[in-house]
Amino acid sequence: MFIRGIGHAIKQAFIQIFRNRAMSFASLFSITAMLLILGLFFILIVNVSVITESAKKQFDTIQIYLLDETDRATAVRMIDELSKMDGVAHAWYLSKDDAMAEYKMKWGDKAYLLDGFAENPLPNSIRVKLSDLEKSDAVVEKARTFQGIEDIKYYKTAVDKLLKITSYIRMGALVIILSLVAVSVVVVANTTKLTVLARAREISIMKYVGASNWFIRGPFLVEGMLIGFISAALSAALIALVYHKIMELFGTDMFLMFSVRMVPAAFLVENLIMIFAALGICIGAFGSIISMRRFLDT
Amino acid sequence: MIVFENVTKMYGNNVGIENVSVHIDKGDFVFLVGPSGAGKSTFIKLILKEICEDKGRILVNGMDVTRLSNRQIPKLRRSIGIVFQDFRLLPNKTVEENVAFAMEIIHASRRAIRRNVPQVLNLMGIGSKAKKYPHELSAGEQQRVAIARAVINNPTVLIADEPTGNLDPDTAWDIMQLLDQINRRGTTIVMVTHAKDIVDRMGKRVIAIDKGRIVRDDKAGLYGYYEDEDAHSFFCKPGGVFNNHVY
Repeated sequence: MFIRGIGHAIKQAFIQIFRNRAMSFASLFSITAMLLILGLFFILIVNVSVITESAKKQFDTIQIYLLDETDRATAVRMIDELSKMDGVAHAWYLSKDDAMAEYKMKWGDKAYLLDGFAENPLPNSIRVKLSDLEKSDAVVEKARTFQGIEDIKYYKTAVDKLLKITSYIRMGALVIILSLVAVSVVVVANTTKLTVLARAREISIMKYVGASNWFIRGPFLVEGMLIGFISAALSAALIALVYHKIMELFGTDMFLMFSVRMVPAAFLVENLIMIFAALGICIGAFGSIISMRRFLDT
Repeated sequence: MIVFENVTKMYGNNVGIENVSVHIDKGDFVFLVGPSGAGKSTFIKLILKEICEDKGRILVNGMDVTRLSNRQIPKLRRSIGIVFQDFRLLPNKTVEENVAFAMEIIHASRRAIRRNVPQVLNLMGIGSKAKKYPHELSAGEQQRVAIARAVINNPTVLIADEPTGNLDPDTAWDIMQLLDQINRRGTTIVMVTHAKDIVDRMGKRVIAIDKGRIVRDDKAGLYGYYEDEDAHSFFCKPGGVFNNHVY
């Protein structure tokens, strides 16, 4: 009996969609448009997240310059203490000679310029690699208490700014996505309401003949879900296309600018399709349930 | 079987029906007559539980309608067939789909639907119109479809709300013959009507309602109600010309 009810709902839904082509198309169009905008923000969020994640990695090192009189044993004690701290991946000692070697390596063919120094001007240092950027303040604070330190270098302001900007972008995009979802439910509800209104008489007849509320609601529900699903497929396909184009045009530039790669299209689209399908179906279902409520009161 | 026990329904300060008690047996054919606003529609709506009574008890087919929950209303309505003055067919379904629809909602099997629908359509004399849409039919044919839909699930009660109101006299009489046929097979029929000639010609039980009260209940009665008050007094009040026939 239940199965037969579902079968009836699905069959009727297809008939309804076809017989009310204009309305179905209107709903389809509005959900697709919503999902498209939504998808673009989703892409933005994902890419911003990935870019900041990798950018953060470039700012996760604290350098502690030591005074020349600080001996190796003291430095090792400091390293031990820092290593025990939360948020520290590991800490190691970098002698002034090693530091010079590092510079030479960085400067490449111009390294001979460094040979001009009579004496190595670089200090001995300790490097601390952070596993958690949020804990950087505590680590810096701790390092300040050590005796025999010349200076502490940490790109705190840069990291802070980066974190702030990305969190704003993420929040903003999330707010926009949520309001878009709300708007699409309302739009679908209104579009469906027009369909339902056009069939208010039909619904009242169904009630007279003794149809249960779910029997009446079923086809509308399936109709909404179906339209939502088709919209999801449509907008996912469109976004995949657009994203591929963007990757082709800017992918390499992005890599050069931020030394980060954009999220691969295949991965993104795969997730997008699932999210869109779920979202589209839910929007369709909610829309039709909301718009039918008034008409089903006995 | 329909039983009203001291049923009252008010719309704000206006009387719908007041303290109505009536007993309609299985297999009865009842005409419900009375002026507009007398309470006929309220009576029908109460049977269908489209509205709830304020006081009293209503039994339909052994179900206590007054105690029915919203979820049980569809079950009540499936045991009652309904025919309206304006037919109320689903415009975008064909004749056979309209009739099949009543079977679909009770989850009848496809086989049963394919067997019963043509049968009933033939019985109503519209077997050849099965594939047509309602707007392609004459008013009389549309009413036949509506009746087919009302009776396909073998309801014990058939309610007809001015079923001949939109039909010419000849077609109306054809529809009455059809209803009489259905009644003879054991279906209780309650028909609201203003068609004096039909009531008088059929000679069935007549319940007259006025101002929310039952003013007359004749076993084999006449219409006996006149829109024009003066004429009404002239013909019907004590001393009137037709006093012996009507109240």
